[in-house]
Amino acid sequence: MNTATKIGIGSALSRVDGADKVTGRAKYAAEYKVDDLLYGVAVCAKIAKGKILSIDEADARAVPGVVDVISHLNRPKQAWLDRNWKDELSIPGEPFKAFHDETVMFAGQPVALVVADTFEAARFAASLIDIRYEEEPHNIDFAASLDEKFMPSHLKRRNNYHPPKNRGHAQQAYDDAPVKVAADYHLAPEHHNPMEMHASTVEWHGDGKITVYDKVQGSQGPQAYLASAFGLGKKNVRVVNAFVGGGFGSGLRPQWQVQLAVMGAIHLEQSVRVVMTRQQMFTHAHRPECTYSVRLGAEPDGKLSAMMHDATTSTSRFENNMEDIVIWGMMAYDCPNASGEYAIAPRDTYTSADMRAPGAATGMTLFEIAMDEMAYAAGVDPLDFRLRNYSEVDAMNGTPYTSKALREAYQEGAARFGWDKRSAAPRSMKEGRELVGYGMATGMWDAMFSKTAARATLSADGKLEVASASSDIGTGTYTVMVQVAADTLGLSPDRITATLGDSDLPEAPVEGGSWGAASTGAAVQLACQSVAKKLLSAAGKLDGDPFHGVNGIEGLEFADGAMIRRDNPDVRASLTDVMAAAGLDKIEVEETAGPGIGDMISMARKSRNTHSAVFCEVRVDEELNQVRVTRVVNAVAAGRIINPKTARSQILGGVVMGIGMALHEETFADTTLGRWMNHNFAEYHVPAHADIHDIDVIFVDEPDPEVTPLGVKGLGEIGIVGTAAAVANAIYHATGKRVRSLPITIDKLLDAPAD
Amino acid sequence: MNEAVTLDRAAGQRVAADPIATLPLTLTINGEPRQLEVAPWTSLLDLLRDKLDLTGSKKGCDHGQCGACTVLIDGKRMNSCLKLAVTLDGCEVTTIEGLGQPDNLHPLQAAFVEHDAFQCGYCTPGQICSAQGLINEGHAKTRDEVREQMSGNLCRCGAYPNIADAVLEVLGTEKKA
Repeated sequence: MNTATKIGIGSALSRVDGADKVTGRAKYAAEYKVDDLLYGVAVCAKIAKGKILSIDEADARAVPGVVDVISHLNRPKQAWLDRNWKDELSIPGEPFKAFHDETVMFAGQPVALVVADTFEAARFAASLIDIRYEEEPHNIDFAASLDEKFMPSHLKRRNNYHPPKNRGHAQQAYDDAPVKVAADYHLAPEHHNPMEMHASTVEWHGDGKITVYDKVQGSQGPQAYLASAFGLGKKNVRVVNAFVGGGFGSGLRPQWQVQLAVMGAIHLEQSVRVVMTRQQMFTHAHRPECTYSVRLGAEPDGKLSAMMHDATTSTSRFENNMEDIVIWGMMAYDCPNASGEYAIAPRDTYTSADMRAPGAATGMTLFEIAMDEMAYAAGVDPLDFRLRNYSEVDAMNGTPYTSKALREAYQEGAARFGWDKRSAAPRSMKEGRELVGYGMATGMWDAMFSKTAARATLSADGKLEVASASSDIGTGTYTVMVQVAADTLGLSPDRITATLGDSDLPEAPVEGGSWGAASTGAAVQLACQSVAKKLLSAAGKLDGDPFHGVNGIEGLEFADGAMIRRDNPDVRASLTDVMAAAGLDKIEVEETAGPGIGDMISMARKSRNTHSAVFCEVRVDEELNQVRVTRVVNAVAAGRIINPKTARSQILGGVVMGIGMALHEETFADTTLGRWMNHNFAEYHVPAHADIHDIDVIFVDEPDPEVTPLGVKGLGEIGIVGTAAAVANAIYHATGKRVRSLPITIDKLLDAPAD
Repeated sequence: MNEAVTLDRAAGQRVAADPIATLPLTLTINGEPRQLEVAPWTSLLDLLRDKLDLTGSKKGCDHGQCGACTVLIDGKRMNSCLKLAVTLDGCEVTTIEGLGQPDNLHPLQAAFVEHDAFQCGYCTPGQICSAQGLINEGHAKTRDEVREQMSGNLCRCGAYPNIADAVLEVLGTEKKA
C-alpha cells in the first residue's frame, strides 16, 4: 500500500481530549482529590478604598470545623519588593499582593481567608467575619476619572504597547475635507467570566514542596511567580493546569485565589483549596472601559483623506494597564493623513486586563462603526467604501504584510452572505413586525509567535508522546499537538498522546495572543523531525541497509507508521521495525522553536496580521426595539488552518462573544459604593442559546510560509474583532438609529433619534 | 445590611452551640444505591463534587444561573447547586459519569464530540445532562425550540451552534428509532 491516507495538518480531527470532557473525566483545578484537604473561602472588602481597622474573627472561629482565619495580621511571609511579585505578563506599577497590609485598594479585595474542614463551614464562617474600616474617598466613575487621564512615561508603559505613528497633516486635512464625520464612541467594561471560576488546589507534600492545581493560562509563569512571592524556591513549586475551563485573558496573570491558597497551605502546613465565587469573579480582571473619539475626512467619492483618533481606557490606581486602541484603523486603511492620541485613566478598581483581542476588540470595533458612518456620509456602500480605502501594506508602519487576503475575505464573505441583496437606505427592509438590517465590518489582529519547547518520545511499540508546558484553555492545543505529530511522523492519532499543562514539561509561555497553535505546533514539529532524523540513522541497522544513500529526512515520507523512500516508494520500514533493528527502547528528543535571526529581521520589515470580514443580519422589533442577530458570516484570513473543525469553533466563540459585546455585556459601576453592581450571571448578561442563530465561518486561502514555521497565524481572537461593529452597523441599517455606545441595549435604542 | 449581619451572628452562635448534625440519606447515584450521612446545608452539587468525587458536575455560579451543575433527578434536569441533598431522600440521580464512558459514549456524548460542541469543556456535562432532560421532556422538535429550551445552560466559549447541531442529531436519531 503506497497511497497513504494520512491524518495530519488540515484534517478535521475531533478533539483528542473530547471523550474526557464529555464524560466528566477531565479534571479542572478544583477537582483534584488531595488527602487532608482544607477548604478556604475568601472574605472580600466591602469598601472601595481605605484601611482595615479591625477584624473580629470570634464568631467565625466558633463555627465547628473552622481551622483558622488568615489575614494581613497573621499571614505567612511574603516578598516585600514589588519586583518579586512580577508575573509573566506584569504591567508597570505595584502588583496586587493579597493580605500584604491593612490597605484596601478596590471593592471586593480579598482581606481574609477562612479555612475549615468543609466548604460549607468555611463559607458560613466567612459570612461572620466582622471588619471595621476607615474609608477614604474613592472614584470608580470612568467619566470622572477622565480628569486624571495621563500617558505613562516610557518606563512605566506596558512593553507590548505600540504608540500610534502619525502621518501627514491630519488636522489640516480634516478641516479641508469635503465630507466629514466626527463622533465619540464608548465601550462598557466587561468581565471575562469563563465558566470555570478561578480556583486553586494547593497540595502540601510536607517536604517543602507544593503542587498547585491552578485555573490559569500557563503553568511555568505562575510557578516562578509563586516561588518568588512566597520565597519557596522554584524547584519546590509545581503548577498543573491540564484542563482550564476557559480563560479569555482572565488567567493570563495569576489571580488572587492562588495567593490565598498558597498562603493558607504554608500557614497551616496542609493542603488547601480556594475557589472564587461567581461574585468574586468580578473582583479582578476585566476589559477596560473605553471612550474613543474619531474624526474622519473624505473626498466626495469616499476616498479617505484624514483620520484622527483619540482614545482613553480605564486602569487601576496601582498598575498602568494599556491597550492598542487607536492604531488599528491607522494600519488598516489607505489614508494619507492620520493621527492618534491615547491615554489611560485610573480609578479605584482592580487593574483592567487583557480580554480576548485586547485593544483590537475595542479599538477596531469602535472605529469600524465610525467607518460605517463615513460610508453613509459619502453615500458609498459600506463594503465598497472599505475596498476604496484598502491598503495593501500596513499603512501606519509602511511595511508590507507577510500576507493579507482580506480582499478575498470581503469577496467570499459578501457572496456567502448575500450582501448584494441589501437595499442601501437605512430602515428600508422589513419582514413582519421586524425591521431588517445588514451591516459589515473589518477585523484585524496580530499573528504572533512565541518561543516554545516540546519533547517527543517514540516508544519501541510505536506509540508517541508529545509534551510541552503549553496550555489548552479550550483552544484545541492537545489536538493541534497530536495532528502536527501525526503529520510529521505519519502515525495514526490514536497512537499519539499529547501532554501539556504542567510546569515540569518543556518550556512554554502562557497561552494568549493567539500564538499557541503556531508556537506549540512548531515546537512539536521540530521535536518530531528530530525523532525522524534519529530513525533515519537507526535505519542503517536494518538488514540490507535499504535506506542507504537517503540524504536527510527530506528524502523520506512518513505514513501509516512507516518510513518510506521518496525516490523509491517500494522501500519502506515500519518505525517499530527500525527501532527493533537498532535495539532502541525509545527515542526521546526535546527541541525549541523560537524566532531565529532571520525571523527577527523579517519581523522588523514585515507586518504579521490576521484579517476578517464580518457580515451580519439583524432583525429589530419595530415597537419593542428588541434586537435579534439572525445571521453572521465571518470570513477569516489567518494563514494555514491546522484543523478546520476546531478552527471554526474558535471563530464561532469569538463571534458569540462579539454579539455579547454588541448587545449584552456591561458591568455597571455603583459610583457611590464604589462597587460593580451586577456581579452575577443573572444581571451580567452573556449570550445564551436563544440569542445565537446562524453563524457561518469561512477560511479564505492564505498561504504564508513566512509568518510562522507552520504558516499558522492563530485564531483565538480574530473572531471577536469587528463583530460588534457589524452588529451595530446592521442595527443602524435596520432602524436608522446610530447608537455609539456598546452594548446596544433596548433603552439606548429607544432613546436614539432616527436619522 | 446591619440587620442581616445581626441575624447571621445569631445563627453563628446557634451553630457554635450545636454542631451541624448529619442526617441519613439514601440516594441512587448512577444506578448505585448509596447510604450517606449528609449535613443539611450541603447542596447536591457539593455532595457530588466534594464528598463523592463525582466532579463531572461543574460549579459555575452556585446560584442556579449558569446550568453547569445540571444533573438528572428521577429523569428531570435540575440545577444540583439549588438542591439541598437531604431533600432528595430516595431519589435517583444521574450525573455525566452515569451517562457513558470514554469507550462507550452515550449518543449525546458522541454527538458533542463529533460536532465539536464544546471548547473548554467546563459547561459540557451540564449541557449534555440538560439535553438528555430536554429529550425526556419531549417538547423540543425544532432548532428554535432546542435553542430556547437549552437557554438555562450558558457556554462562554460560544459553542451554541454546535451544541444545537449535536442535540438535534440525537433528537433525530431518537425519532427514527
